[in-house]
Amino acid sequence: MTPRFAPGVRLQHDQARQRWIVMAPERMFIPDEIALEVLRLIDGERDEIAIVATLAEKFAAPAPVIAADVRTMLDDLINRGAIVK
Amino acid sequence: MIPAPPLALLAELTHRCPLRCPYCSNPMELARAAAEMSTGEWADIFGQAARLGCLQVHLSGGEPTARRDIVEITAAARAAGLYTNLITAGVLLDAGLVERLRAAGLDHVQLSVQDAQEGGAERIGGMKGAHAKKTEAAGLVRAAGLPLTLNAVVHRQNLHNLPDLIALALEWGAARIEVAHVQYYGWALENRDALLPTRGQLDAATAIVKAARSAHQGRLVIDYVVPDYHASRPKPCMGGWGQRFLAVAPGGEVLPCHAAQSITGMVFANARQTPLAAIWADDPAFQAFRGTGWMPSPCRGCEHAERDWGGCRCQAFALTGDAAATDPACALSPYHHLLAEALESAGESGFRYREFSARR
Repeated sequence: MTPRFAPGVRLQHDQARQRWIVMAPERMFIPDEIALEVLRLIDGERDEIAIVATLAEKFAAPAPVIAADVRTMLDDLINRGAIVK
Repeated sequence: MIPAPPLALLAELTHRCPLRCPYCSNPMELARAAAEMSTGEWADIFGQAARLGCLQVHLSGGEPTARRDIVEITAAARAAGLYTNLITAGVLLDAGLVERLRAAGLDHVQLSVQDAQEGGAERIGGMKGAHAKKTEAAGLVRAAGLPLTLNAVVHRQNLHNLPDLIALALEWGAARIEVAHVQYYGWALENRDALLPTRGQLDAATAIVKAARSAHQGRLVIDYVVPDYHASRPKPCMGGWGQRFLAVAPGGEVLPCHAAQSITGMVFANARQTPLAAIWADDPAFQAFRGTGWMPSPCRGCEHAERDWGGCRCQAFALTGDAAATDPACALSPYHHLLAEALESAGESGFRYREFSARR
């Protein structure tokens, strides 16, 4: 699957508080570090396999381990309505 | 002590509006077009607000699209890095304008609706033809791929249509609906006898919202703002005065709450003369009710003091004449009986519609 942000949802840098934040209609949430790594790779072009490959390389970790983390994270973001398939 | 930075800016771009809702949140004394700030002045304020820590802006009014420069204003808000919400009645939108707003970077549209059916909606909003225009506007917003929230203000005269309002949100493709009970200051206080719901209406509405939330889970988010006349604890108004939020009126007055001008005698600094950061940090109007130091008894030392922040300052002023009093919505307020008395005397049907005061 190729994840992308739901309409009206985007990742925004919160300059004043030095953090990243997911902005959505009338709500916002602060992603944890792992979620942020995934969110920054979501551009509507990269599919899940490409995201896993990028993160596996970046963190020099085995792809199957990263794949499980990414899956969990994407499911969570989909449940929150931030990401659509 | 430097206060934590604000999260959101309400930009009241104009008080002009084709609708005349009797619960309008604008002040009784409306600002005329000549007093409104320019595109450039708003752009500057957006930049200041973002640097101060605001993450989002609500472009509101009156009707924000009554301004001819609404597209430029939207672009300026986005350029400043703010998440940009348009709070609109929808009656001035057409396909071209919606597309230009989308291209300017608009993030989200909140569309107001006065009732579920044309007759009631147009009587309450005081504008013929409004409901059909809103139906069309919802379609245009969705066709442009913009997320839509329906804002249904509810009260004595439309609560019986709450299930239909929720159905309307689904029909119009909204992902969210705000079911917002009227809050009583300014115009709404003038019309309180016509608007206050009965306890039975409130309980029915609460049950309807609860059932609809589970029925439409994953498809429609329902936010519910309860009316505090039936409550025993006040609402944590604005998340605390001067703590999370600031509003800028059409003429540049910087307010801790959009209704703050209803507190007569309070003086507000103007963004045309004073930087927002300075106003946020130490303007006397922002400092007046910030934190807990200003609190009288029974708020002082109360276990709820940092949960509800003493409730709503505008409501305290409107009902007791003292903006520093405990909100009468609190059962511990010596004025709590005023709410029960207001509920007993409610039952009017006519409205005093919002209007500009006679020219002086």
